[in-house]
Amino acid sequence: MSVQRNDWSLQRKGQIDQERHKERVREAIKKNLGSIVSNESIILSDGKRVVKVPIRSLDEYKFRFDYRKKKHVGTGDGKTKVGDVIGREGQPGQGSGMGPGAGDQPGQEYYEAEVDIDEIAKLIFEDLHLPYLEEKAKQAVQSKTTKFTEIRRAGILSNLDKRRSLLENIKRQAKETGKAEIGPFRKEDLRYKTWEEQMTYESNAVVIAMMDVSGSMGEFKKYIARSFYFWMVRFLKTKYDQVKIVFVSHHTEAREVTEDQFFTQGESGGTVVSSAYKLALDIIAGRYPASEWNIYPFHFSDGDNYYSDNDEAVRLADELIATCNLFGYGEIGEEGASSYRRSSGALLSIFKDRLKSQERFVGVRIDAKEDVYPALKEFFGKRGEQV
Amino acid sequence: MIDNEVRDLEAAVDQIWSVATSTFGLDPFPVRFEIVPASVMYEVGSYALPGRYSHWTFGKAYHRMKMMYDFGLSKIYEVVINSNPSYAFLLETNSPTQNKMVIAHVLGHVDFFKNNAYFARTNRRMIDEAALHARRMAEYEFKYGRKVVEEFLDAVLSIDEHVDPNFFIKRRRAEDDKKQEKPKRRDGPYDDLLTLEERRASESGPADEEGKHKPSIDAPEKDLVYFILKNSPVLEDWHKDIMSMLHEEMEYFIPQMQTKIMNEGWASIWHSRIMRELELPTSEHLEFAELHAGVVSPHKGQLNPYYLGYKLFEDIEKRWDNPTQEERDELGRTAGTGREKIMEIRELENDVSFLRNYLTEDLCEEMDLFIYELVDDEEWTVTEKGWEAVRDRLVANMTNFGFPYIEVVDGDYDGNRELYLMHRYEGVELDMKYARKTLECVYKLWGRDVHLETVSDNEPLVMHYDGNEHDED
Repeated sequence: MSVQRNDWSLQRKGQIDQERHKERVREAIKKNLGSIVSNESIILSDGKRVVKVPIRSLDEYKFRFDYRKKKHVGTGDGKTKVGDVIGREGQPGQGSGMGPGAGDQPGQEYYEAEVDIDEIAKLIFEDLHLPYLEEKAKQAVQSKTTKFTEIRRAGILSNLDKRRSLLENIKRQAKETGKAEIGPFRKEDLRYKTWEEQMTYESNAVVIAMMDVSGSMGEFKKYIARSFYFWMVRFLKTKYDQVKIVFVSHHTEAREVTEDQFFTQGESGGTVVSSAYKLALDIIAGRYPASEWNIYPFHFSDGDNYYSDNDEAVRLADELIATCNLFGYGEIGEEGASSYRRSSGALLSIFKDRLKSQERFVGVRIDAKEDVYPALKEFFGKRGEQV
Repeated sequence: MIDNEVRDLEAAVDQIWSVATSTFGLDPFPVRFEIVPASVMYEVGSYALPGRYSHWTFGKAYHRMKMMYDFGLSKIYEVVINSNPSYAFLLETNSPTQNKMVIAHVLGHVDFFKNNAYFARTNRRMIDEAALHARRMAEYEFKYGRKVVEEFLDAVLSIDEHVDPNFFIKRRRAEDDKKQEKPKRRDGPYDDLLTLEERRASESGPADEEGKHKPSIDAPEKDLVYFILKNSPVLEDWHKDIMSMLHEEMEYFIPQMQTKIMNEGWASIWHSRIMRELELPTSEHLEFAELHAGVVSPHKGQLNPYYLGYKLFEDIEKRWDNPTQEERDELGRTAGTGREKIMEIRELENDVSFLRNYLTEDLCEEMDLFIYELVDDEEWTVTEKGWEAVRDRLVANMTNFGFPYIEVVDGDYDGNRELYLMHRYEGVELDMKYARKTLECVYKLWGRDVHLETVSDNEPLVMHYDGNEHDED
C-alpha cells in the first residue's frame, strides 16, 4: 500500500494524440470543404471566430445496432406509466437541424468539430486567386498608423521598455560596482518607447452585390447568395486593405439597401436585370471612380429576366465589364430540381453567347449548397494570373 | 505542505484498508495510489491503461473528457487499473473526504478484480504488456510510416469487440496441440497465435487443390479478429502482430465490459459501508453523503450502472439476511447469510447472469424500470412496464456487451477465399450505414470480397463489398 505524488509535468501523451486527432479533423475538413463552405453555422456566425461544423468522416465505425430500432431500458421517478413520452426525436443532441438530408437519416450521429473560421478560410483560399488585381491609384486613400520607432529617456510609464531598462541598469551596475548584475533601479536607467505617426496608402476594393429579389427568389436562393458573398468579402479582405460592399436588390426596379434588408427582405414581382446594372453603373460613377477602386460587381439571380430586357441587360453588362476588374453572374437553380430547371435558366446562356468581353466575365450555375465552393473557385480561378 | 497531504492520505489508506479487510472481509490486491493532475487523470481515463499505444481515437476521447472537465461538466475522481499490485489514480484537486470515499471505492473494485471469476484469466501485468505493445507499435510506425499504421489500426479497431470472451480455451487447446510436437522455433509470447498456421501447413505437407485454401480454424467462429489474423490472404507479419496485440488487450478489457454494473455496484456498496465505519466528523459526513447520493442516484430515463448494481446487491443481502418462511422451507435459506451470498455472487456472476438471476419484481417496481422505444419515428415512448419483459430486455441489451453477435461462417466462400459473416439476428437490426463502413474496414483486413448476412426491415439481407462498391440482395 502506498501513496505517491510524482512530477507529471512532462507527460504529454494525451496532448500528442490530441494533435493526431486534430490533424484528422483538418484532413476531414479539407475533404469536406464543399459542404462546409455553405454551412449555416459559419455563414451565420456573426463575427464568432470558432464555429462547430459536422465532420462525417471522423466516426469510429463499428458493427452496431440501429439505436432508433432498439428497445431501451430506463429508470423513472416512480410514476412512469406505459404510454408516457420521455423524449422526442430530433431534439438537441440528436444532431438535427442540419438542413435536408442530414437529420432524417436513421441514427445518424456525426462528429462536430470546432473549427476556426480563419483556418477554414486559409484552406479555401489556398486555391483562390484574385483575378485582374490592379494597382489603382493607391494614394487616393490615406490612413494614419502609429509605429513605435524610438527609445527615449523620458516618457509615460505605460510605454516603458522593460528589456532596455534592465540592460541599462546592468550596465550602470557594472560601471559602478564592477559586477554585471541587476541592482536597484534609478530614474536614469529607465527607457521609454515613443511612436511616430505614419501615413500609409491603401488599396481598396468595392463589391457591388446585386441580387434579384423577385417573387421567384426563395429562402434557399438567398442563402446561396449569402454564403457566396460571405466568402467573397473575406477573400477580398485578404488582398485589399479595405473592402466596401454596396448592396443592391432589384426586381423590376433596383435600389440600394442595407445588408440586413439585402439578405432578409422578400419581394414579389418580375425581374428586370438591367435596372440593377444601371444603378450599379451610377454608383460607380458617383462614388467609386474606377481609377481609384478595384470594382467587383456580382449579381445573383434565378435567370428569369423579362425577355424584352435582355438586350439592355447585355449592353449594360458590357459597360460594367469595361469599368470593372471582374463581373460575376451566378444563376441559382431550384433546390433539388436542378436538371429540370437548368433548361429554363435563360440569362446565363444569353450572357455566355452575347457578351463582348468574355474574359472578365464569369458565369456559374448553382443548384445546391455544395456548388458554392466550386463557384468560388470558378470566380476566383487561375485566369487572372497574367496580371 | 504537500508532504503532509501525502502523509494524511497514507494514514487514511491504512485505516480504510484495515476496515475493508478485517471488518468486512474484502480481499483486494495491494494498491498503489498515485495523486495526479487533471491532465494525467484524463489521459489514463481515455486510454484505459497508462502507457498504451498511440492512436487518434484516444486523443479524441482525451480531448472530450478534458474539455468536459475544464468546463466543469463532469469530473473523474479516480481511475483504477486491474493489475497486481493495482494502480489507482486520484485527482489532485480531490478534497480529503472525496479521497477517502474514492479509496474505499477503489478497494471495492480491486477486490472484485481479484475475486470475480471472469477476471481470473486477465493479465495482471497488463501495464507492462501494454507498454511493450506501445513500443512495438511505435517501431512499426517508424518502419512503415505513421499513416500506414494508423490506417491499419483504424480497420482493426472497427471489429475489436468481436473477440471470443472465452478465448483462453482456444489458447489452451493450441498449447496442448503444441506440446505434442517438437518445438521448431524459439518460443515467444505470441507463438500460440502466430505459429498454428505454419505448423498445420508443414504437418499436412503439400495440400491438394481442393483443400488449399481451407481456413485453419473451423467456422463458425465468433472471434473475428482471431479468424482474420489466422486466415487473411493479405496480411503481413507486422499486421498480424498488431492484430494479436490488440486481441490481447481486448481479452484484458472484456471482463470489465461484462461486469460494469456488478463492478460499480460492488464498489459503491463498500465505499458506503466503509465510510460509515470511519466515524467521520459531521461536516465530512455531510460531504460524503452528498457525494454518495450523486454517485448512486438514478438518471431519469437512463440506466446508471452504479445505481442498478448498488440496489441489487443491497436487495440480495437483505433477502438472504431475512428470508421469508417460504424461502426457508422450500429453498433451505438460513437467516443472516446475506454477506456470504453477495460474496459468492461477486465471485461467480457477470452482469447478464446477475440481472437474470437476481432482479426481482419488487426491485423493478421500486426503481421504476421501464422499456422505451421510438414510436412513429418521433416520440420515445414507454411501451412496457412488466418486470419480466424489462428484465429480459435488460439482459438482451447486455448480451455480447451490447454489440451485435457476428460470426464468420465461411472463410472460403464461393471457393474463392471470400469472407462470409453472419449477424445472428435477435430482433434488433444493424445500423446499416455503420455496417457498410465497417465492411469496408473488414475488406482492408481480408483483401477479398466480404459479405455480411443480416436482417433489414424484417427481410433477410446479404450485404457485399468488393473493395469498390457496396451491393445488397
